[in-house]
Amino acid sequence: MIPELGQYALMLALGLALIQGTMPILGTRSNDPVLISIAAPAAIAQFAFVAMAFTALAVCYVTSDFSVLNVYENSNSQMPLIYRLTSIWGNHEGSMMLWVSILAFFGALVAVFGTNLPVVLKANALAVQAWIAAAFHLFILTTSNPFVRIPDAPFEGRDLNPILQDPGLAFHPPMLYLGYVGFSIAFSFAIAALLEGRIDAAWARWVRPWALGAWMCLTLGIAGGSYWAYYELGWGGFWFWDPVENASLMPWLAGTALLHSAVVMEKRGALKVWTILLAILTFSLSLIGTFLVRSGVLTSVHAFATDPTRGTFILGILVVFIGGALALYAWRAPLLKQGGLFAPISREGALVFNNLFLTTACATVFVGTLYPLALQALTGDEISVGPPYFNATFGPLFIPLMAVMPFGPLMGWKRGDLVGAAQRLIAAAVLAALAVVAASALERGGPVLAPFGVGIAVFVMAGAVTDIAERTLILRVPFRVALRRALGLPRSAWGTAYAHFGIGVMLLGIVAVTAWGSERIAEIKIGDSLDIAHYRLTFDGIFNRAGPNYRDVVGRFTVRRMNGELIGTMEPSRRTFPSRNMATTEAALMTRGVSQLYLSLGDPTKDGIVPVRLYFKPQVLMIWLGAAFMFFGGGLSLSDRRLRVGAPRPAKAKAALQPAE
Amino acid sequence: MTRKQRRLVLIGGGLAVLAVAVALMLDAFRDSIVFFNSPSDVVEKHVDPGTRIRLGGLVKDGSLVRGNNLSIRFEVTDGKTEIPVAYQGVLPDLFREGQGVVAEGALDGGGVFNADTILAKHDETYMPKEVADALKKSGHWKDDYAQRAAMPVGGGNK
Repeated sequence: MIPELGQYALMLALGLALIQGTMPILGTRSNDPVLISIAAPAAIAQFAFVAMAFTALAVCYVTSDFSVLNVYENSNSQMPLIYRLTSIWGNHEGSMMLWVSILAFFGALVAVFGTNLPVVLKANALAVQAWIAAAFHLFILTTSNPFVRIPDAPFEGRDLNPILQDPGLAFHPPMLYLGYVGFSIAFSFAIAALLEGRIDAAWARWVRPWALGAWMCLTLGIAGGSYWAYYELGWGGFWFWDPVENASLMPWLAGTALLHSAVVMEKRGALKVWTILLAILTFSLSLIGTFLVRSGVLTSVHAFATDPTRGTFILGILVVFIGGALALYAWRAPLLKQGGLFAPISREGALVFNNLFLTTACATVFVGTLYPLALQALTGDEISVGPPYFNATFGPLFIPLMAVMPFGPLMGWKRGDLVGAAQRLIAAAVLAALAVVAASALERGGPVLAPFGVGIAVFVMAGAVTDIAERTLILRVPFRVALRRALGLPRSAWGTAYAHFGIGVMLLGIVAVTAWGSERIAEIKIGDSLDIAHYRLTFDGIFNRAGPNYRDVVGRFTVRRMNGELIGTMEPSRRTFPSRNMATTEAALMTRGVSQLYLSLGDPTKDGIVPVRLYFKPQVLMIWLGAAFMFFGGGLSLSDRRLRVGAPRPAKAKAALQPAE
Repeated sequence: MTRKQRRLVLIGGGLAVLAVAVALMLDAFRDSIVFFNSPSDVVEKHVDPGTRIRLGGLVKDGSLVRGNNLSIRFEVTDGKTEIPVAYQGVLPDLFREGQGVVAEGALDGGGVFNADTILAKHDETYMPKEVADALKKSGHWKDDYAQRAAMPVGGGNK
């Protein structure tokens, strides 16, 4: 009964999406306020039905209803509740359900909170949102129905892929999808503006909070996925340039560019046509990411199934939406008025520089990710484009971007003072130079360029601090005055500083762990010791431990400093899941400051000899700490929204405005 | 500066960055692309020793020999040709005889493939796509592989 209800709700959602996608457009064409006003309630109702369908699926999972094929294949009654819930999206059908649920959720949010939007823009945007929703509802119902029943219900389910039985699954996919799908709002607004043929600076003000929210979630989603891969896959890599990772990085790069160009559009009315294009591209890249991951054209952890009809269907969606959007853009963009003159050396110029490098870096990732697919389709040659390609293209493009980043916020709008900005960055530059010297002196080995990487990272961080110091005039005016100025700064200024600081923190972590991390691979017996960095690990023994649906073979290691001082124990294990006859490696991590010791076990061989992999990962946590800074900065900037939304209205009307989110 | 000049500066800068990016990409493509080969391909194409390739196929039953200090030797087969592979390190969790494998490395002068990376599989039913294609090409694709490979990670029979 419940699964049938779910499927029925999804069909109704499809119907509502079709209404939401057509009526408002007809209404705006014929100027019919009744048809226009259908958009918002339809969006809310569509979300209600999608939520109902999703809840139905969740109920099937929680109650372990194995008469539903999807539940039978991906769940097991022995699994803890949290994994029974997260396994909803640990498979193709369920993850598409999550995708459309979030899409409909965002549509409903626009319907509810977009009360200050122009009526026509809002109706058109919701209609575009509904086309996307309708396409994906149809995709689920025809090729990926999660509610299919099995005639004779099995007694027990097949269990979730053990690699996915991890708290990471609760966090990473929903965050990533909130990011991916959140950019659909910017896309819908861009298409709506093109349909209307009219766009002004206010458009950027309406779209920016949505893009910012999506960007925050995507940042956290990518960082979370990276940390998950780091501790789960057993060899301590934090980024693999895997096509699936690239699929999430591309919308992030384009989305970051969008956030910055939207600032120019909002404040100066320039770069309108470009911003619209970025909004289209960002969501297009999200769709391409969905295609790459969901169609099974790539081999990866994420390829749940290889079903050609699904790939073809998503490819169809891609062609229609991306092709349609770009065609509309080519047709309508020339109608949009250009505005806002600025000198190349100015805040706008710096943001254009940012956009140029971000989009170019995004293009190199795009080419590297899709070239193997294209080549295979054309010549049949199977190739892989690995980290060397990305390091050789992405790196050289990102380093100038980082080096120039601190200048941007210090420059004035319209016409900037490069010399002045450079003078104000002298302290940051001196600090960076000291860091280069210190890194060269303290660390032996590693690439020659690594200390310069540290220098750039320190420059970026110090530059962010300089920005705030310049705005508060700290050290130049009495502390109390500076404090008051700091409190009076717009939150978005703090947001910028935090996010830029986070980039520096992340870069520092990446450079340190790549250049100075160390690795030991050895076969050891009980009583043996291994030395790494300034730690000594002793293998104390092996014991068994039972989990709810798995067995662990645990190795116990004592960690001491070189002088013999005891620090603690590490217990890496090999986990066997009887329901799948499959083993995973559970690495043990020991955090020392922002560095980590990382230990994973191989298969124990005869006579109690165990292969182990031991890594020392210096400053590795800074990578994810940096992402947390970026997220926090984004949040600060987002909380500034009320001020920005209220800006063009008379002061008296302020009280009547909707609160942010 | 006039409007025209400013626009020229912007467009010129954009083109310059793009040109640099294209140069970087072409250069990287020349050095860092790795071709996938089945054992038969390696023999037929006369892949030169020292050229980095990915070698994919099945781990031949009974060919796995563990040596000292984590060194491992096994043979990769596509049913027609076998190539001996040497590797030192910890094998991925799902490395087994009779299962698909992808190794990255280069041939030495004596015809032994020195692998520095053995690609991890993520599931017991999962066959790397390249391996499946190579087996189909060599005519050694068996239906039970197809069944296994076509199944979702969840397994289950539809």
